[in-house]
Amino acid sequence: MTESLIPVIGVVTDIRIDTPDVKTFRVVTPDGKKAFEHKPGQCAMLSIPGVGEAMFSITSSPTNTEFMEFSIKKCGCLTTWLHAMEVGQQVTIRGPYGNPFPVDTTFKGKDLLFIAGGIGLAPLRSVINYVRHYRDQYGKVDIVYGSRSKDDLVDYKEIIDEWMTTEGINVHLTIDREQEGWDGHVGFVPNYVKELGFDVNKTAIICGPPIMIKFTLAGLQELGFNKTQVFTTMELRMKCGVGKCGRCNIGNKYVCKDGPVFRCDQLDELPNEY
Amino acid sequence: MKKIALSKLNDFFAAIAAEEKLYLPVDGEKGTDYKLWSEGVTYSRALNTNRSAKDFFFPQTENIVDFKREGKTIEVIDTRTEAEDFVVFGVRACDARSFGILDKVFLADPVDSFYASRRAHGTIVTMACTRPAETCFCGAFGIDMTAPEGDISCWIAEDALWLSANTEKGEALLNKVASLTEEGDTAAVDAQKAAVKEIAKKLPLQNLPTDAFKGDVLLEKFNSAKWPELSKACLGCGTCTFVCPTCQCYDVFDFDTGHGVKRARCWDSCMYSDFTKMAHGNSRNSQVERFRQRFMHKLVYFPMNNGGEFGCVGCGRCLSKCPINMNIVKVMKSLGGDAE
Ligand SMILES: Cc1cc2nc3c(=O)[nH]c(=O)nc-3n(C[C@H](O)[C@H](O)[C@H](O)COP(=O)(O)OP(=O)(O)OC[C@H]3O[C@@H](n4cnc5c(N)ncnc54)[C@H](O)[C@@H]3O)c2cc1C
Ligand code: SF4
Ligand code: SF4
Ligand code: FES
Repeated sequence: MTESLIPVIGVVTDIRIDTPDVKTFRVVTPDGKKAFEHKPGQCAMLSIPGVGEAMFSITSSPTNTEFMEFSIKKCGCLTTWLHAMEVGQQVTIRGPYGNPFPVDTTFKGKDLLFIAGGIGLAPLRSVINYVRHYRDQYGKVDIVYGSRSKDDLVDYKEIIDEWMTTEGINVHLTIDREQEGWDGHVGFVPNYVKELGFDVNKTAIICGPPIMIKFTLAGLQELGFNKTQVFTTMELRMKCGVGKCGRCNIGNKYVCKDGPVFRCDQLDELPNEY
Repeated sequence: MKKIALSKLNDFFAAIAAEEKLYLPVDGEKGTDYKLWSEGVTYSRALNTNRSAKDFFFPQTENIVDFKREGKTIEVIDTRTEAEDFVVFGVRACDARSFGILDKVFLADPVDSFYASRRAHGTIVTMACTRPAETCFCGAFGIDMTAPEGDISCWIAEDALWLSANTEKGEALLNKVASLTEEGDTAAVDAQKAAVKEIAKKLPLQNLPTDAFKGDVLLEKFNSAKWPELSKACLGCGTCTFVCPTCQCYDVFDFDTGHGVKRARCWDSCMYSDFTKMAHGNSRNSQVERFRQRFMHKLVYFPMNNGGEFGCVGCGRCLSKCPINMNIVKVMKSLGGDAE
């Protein structure tokens, strides 16, 4: 019998330094394949045995047939270890976990508004690149992305070289405080969203720190958005990833299996514990 | 229905134990608990064990997988083995129901293979209650203490043990001990059932109302103003979660043996503060919130996901073991509207 708690081996084949505390790791199986297929928004458990195991969004798009990528922020025991590793290091991987963004249903044909803060871009990058791959199946795309500083913007090169040059995609970058060499927008994401003033026939997707999600959602509502048009991902402590260990339980949902993607109106039915 | 004279009980246990491991309640210095049967061990008819029978299927700690790390390489070693056949004898009706509740978690897709293997190899022999305690409230959850579930249900009446198989596994076990049993009619058992039901009627908690927790009550109960008062004295010790036959939260951890890494899981408790601790904060910062989680899960969240079945079996362990004398009954009475 297969056992979801038992992982397989992954090999790190490339490491990109994104920001002072975020690196993006490319992972394949020892025979050079993807460990498993996934959908945009799903996650995987990565681990170094003896160090720890944790959940990370699969930031690469499912349309990438060669490898998976994870953008990881250094914040504790495992993530520090991962940041110190070199190409060729093996890790363990299991997944995919969680429900994906409804890219093939609700999002189809819609104008999409992606709003991300900091490392919150990680799960959205998978969706954005999926939408870029199937460009003609979606409407206009706006991306609002902000970080503390220019140096804290994840995937910066890809944003400039690939997203900004894709037809029908508008990228709006912002940083929290003025910085030398930055002539773009300065200010927090929720305010920037309000300033940009999007029309309400878009489907919005927000990901970032809980406080940023909260204010951005409020801002969108001020603009006239309904919660049913807004999707987000939730982050709670996780251990099993399969709805059994109880860690990520909130109300009658398990974020690892019923989430991490939720439509914002669904959150109103849950206790306010996130 | 089969019967065995109580004088032959030892032969019955010996016959089972000759084939597979047999566990049953045994009295000890610290009360009654399940022990491995061997010649000389006496079955205890105490009302219930300190620890629940969930240990047999979901042990407090267990190994999940081993790893070897060398340089940049990792080896994953699947150490799983098929569980051995075993029999648990003397499980009470409340605990017997708890397996069905745990099944809904561990046997849901994706199946937990550790639990599934033990479930497949374990035969549960239950024992009807004759002297229920004031703290028993199995009846509130529709559990019949006089007709426990399990692979085989047993009754002790008129100096005999009466057995009735409910499943193929139960039939198979009865076949193995067929030479010791004789056919009996149900009169003695029926009489006992009727008598015990009369006793149960007079117990204070058997008819504890559960209606207040049915339907669309999640936010109403969650936002109740009563939680702070109810949880005020809670120590966050986790005792109630560990003794509970239906609590199933677990932690996963690694330890280095010097020759490799073992990854194991162990029971965890939503009553502990670091259960939900994250880099950006804790989603349940206070004991009020953690206390609420435990009872909301049993009374509202679990039933919502499982066709109305409650996540409590009324075994009463959390009533007798909590150091501050707080428990699910008080919570139900308070939130159900008829606080004393
Ligand atoms: C669905 C989901 C998707 C995620 N995606 C990403 C991602 O794409 N990139 C990324 O960098 N991180 C992501 N995370 C967060 C990541 O799991 C944690 O940062 C990681 O567990 C920290 O592990 P550690 O061993 O380094 O930290 P530890 O040494 O265990 O702890 C360091 C700090 O992190 C906290 N922590 C532990 N687990 C979590 C958690 N699940 N969420 C937040 N804080 C936690 C601890 O309480 C402590 O304060 C995701 C989490 C979830 C639940
Ligand atoms: S909550 Fe208390 S009474 Fe209910 S099953 Fe658990 S230990 Fe028994
Ligand atoms: S309710 Fe009682 S047993 Fe449970 S954690 Fe609180 S003090 Fe401990
Ligand atoms: S991580 Fe175990 S239940 Fe969600």
